[in-house]
Amino acid sequence: MLPHTGLETRDLACERGGKTLFEGLNLSVSPGQSLHLQGDNGSGKTSLLRLLCGLAVPLVGQVLWAGQPTTQAREDFLRDMLYLGHALALKEGLSALENLQFAAALSGQPWVPDAAVQALHQMGLRGREHLPLQILSQGQKRRVALARLGLSPARLWLLDEPFVALDSAACGVLQGLMQTHVARGGMVVFTSHQAVNLASGDNRSHRLGRA
Amino acid sequence: MSALWSLLRRDLLLALRRPSEVLTVVFFFVVVAALFPLAVGPERATLRMLAPGVLWVGALLASLLALNRLFEADHHDGTLEQMLLSGTPLTLLVVAKIAAHWVLCGLPLVLLAPLLGVLFDLSGDALGVLALSLLIGTPVLSCIGAIGAALTLGLRGGGVLLALLVLPLFVPVLVFGAGAVEALAAGLGSGAHLSILMALLLLSGLFSPWACAQALRIALE
Amino acid sequence: MRRIAWTHYAAPQTFYGLAGVCWKPLALLALALALAGMWVGFMVAPADAQQGEGYRIIFVHVPVSWMSMIIYLAMAFWGVVCLVFRARMAGMLSQALAPTGALFAFLSLWTGALWGKPMWGAWWVWDARLTSELILFFLYIGFIALTSAIQDPRRADRAGALVAIVGAVNVPIIYFSVKWWNTLHQGASVSLTRSPSMAQTMLWGMLLMALACWVYTVAIVLYRTRSLILQRERHADWVAQLPELNPGLRP
Repeated sequence: MLPHTGLETRDLACERGGKTLFEGLNLSVSPGQSLHLQGDNGSGKTSLLRLLCGLAVPLVGQVLWAGQPTTQAREDFLRDMLYLGHALALKEGLSALENLQFAAALSGQPWVPDAAVQALHQMGLRGREHLPLQILSQGQKRRVALARLGLSPARLWLLDEPFVALDSAACGVLQGLMQTHVARGGMVVFTSHQAVNLASGDNRSHRLGRA
Repeated sequence: MSALWSLLRRDLLLALRRPSEVLTVVFFFVVVAALFPLAVGPERATLRMLAPGVLWVGALLASLLALNRLFEADHHDGTLEQMLLSGTPLTLLVVAKIAAHWVLCGLPLVLLAPLLGVLFDLSGDALGVLALSLLIGTPVLSCIGAIGAALTLGLRGGGVLLALLVLPLFVPVLVFGAGAVEALAAGLGSGAHLSILMALLLLSGLFSPWACAQALRIALE
Repeated sequence: MRRIAWTHYAAPQTFYGLAGVCWKPLALLALALALAGMWVGFMVAPADAQQGEGYRIIFVHVPVSWMSMIIYLAMAFWGVVCLVFRARMAGMLSQALAPTGALFAFLSLWTGALWGKPMWGAWWVWDARLTSELILFFLYIGFIALTSAIQDPRRADRAGALVAIVGAVNVPIIYFSVKWWNTLHQGASVSLTRSPSMAQTMLWGMLLMALACWVYTVAIVLYRTRSLILQRERHADWVAQLPELNPGLRP
């Protein structure tokens, strides 16, 4: 099997409201690496993640996955990528399990209820799998969103502020998930204002905006 | 395909658990239909003549009410982004959304219209043609309206803007839908009108989901 | 060679220069054509046997109706270019065309009413053509409302492009349905389109006015696009160095 070159950006530029947030950005994340994006508020971290996952199309530059521009080999890239943004992408009227079931159906994954229940237990939601989401707390809802990480076969994780609203126990679980993923050859690109120390894999960080 | 069914089931399940949205649309239709006799007087011949137009316009406005929220909730909680990033063709997912919208907001209008037609003293034949014209026509309204809903996603003043964009495009459906019932009353037979409505349904069914998917990508960029 | 010229002017900076050179002579040409057209229409063409002097309003009504439809097609064309090639200029051209198109549609409705009143006794008859023109006017207003409501100019361009394309596809359907509706509901159909057999001079008059409207449209669109370019590219260096914006400096 050919070695996977992972995610690359070439000469990527982004502007918002007439101001250039960044330009000439060349990043690369190979299997087994993680990238921590840092920067002040408004420095373009979320915009960069949106460009990486393909929600936004860059005016200048390219995003490459395994050497191919993501605008071309789109379906392959999307099936191999998991994006969790600021919004949790959960329906409040459904239960945690129903939300995970829908997410699996949407990405064409087989639905294994036991695995899903396991993932929820791992995130500390034992006994809350069938409750409607609207009665859970903000932190618990975020844990449900993060439970998708344990179920998804995607190699690339793009996480926007995943540690927000999590208590220290949940932060530990999330870090553990990220560590295992990277150790198995996966890739994680994430933004966070706090310092994150992943024990495994090659961990880099990049600072956007003025240093 | 299973993603399509999953999305359709999800929307129906959500509506079942929170039926207020669907019920408001239905009651709006009833209220609008009830306002007209109050405005023009209870004379039966007048009401019979006005009925097709009034009921069709009422159904149109009721559909418009619900269209605003077609993508709004999914956009707000982030599930719309996930749909764009899922690897399933967006056009298919849009078909599921439009189908769910029609089942929840169009079909009740179709079922209710004959009852309201009785209030307007329409004959049995006319009630049948009215229901049939709405059955064919309301999906077209959902299809065309979905494009407008996608374009106005997240904009302030979205509801009025949506109406402004989409009402001119509704005119053909209105003309042939109400016209079918009027043609029956004039003794001309409604076949031609209903066939043209079918043609409009096929056209919009083929073209709209793709246009709507493009509009969603534009709105989320 | 042609292809190179196209993409050269697709850049806002070069388009700005070209438009600046062109719009004034075009505006003068439009004025000249309009004067010629009106002279033919109001002075030279004979009075109609049936309709007397009042019919002369068609020298304004018909050209503006034509233009309102042509401009919408032009907007749809630039819409396709904007969506397919992601060209910034195409989006700006569409947005520059819209107010003029709306104006022509509005004029068409008013001149139609002014013609209808002395002829048929009513300010508005639900004639198929006039009703379709009314709906076209609403389509223009919808386009303008949507593009003004969206803050991000790129999204506004692309949303407007889609509206223009969907509208253009629907205009024949709408026209057909209104025509159907009209013939069914009106016994004796009065038609503002059934014009008397045209004398040569009448045709010349209308063509001159139509040409005047066309040239005027090009001139005003070029002018308006320059403003849009300045607005959109205001952070660019070349804009900051324009002589218009630096009155004291030597060119």
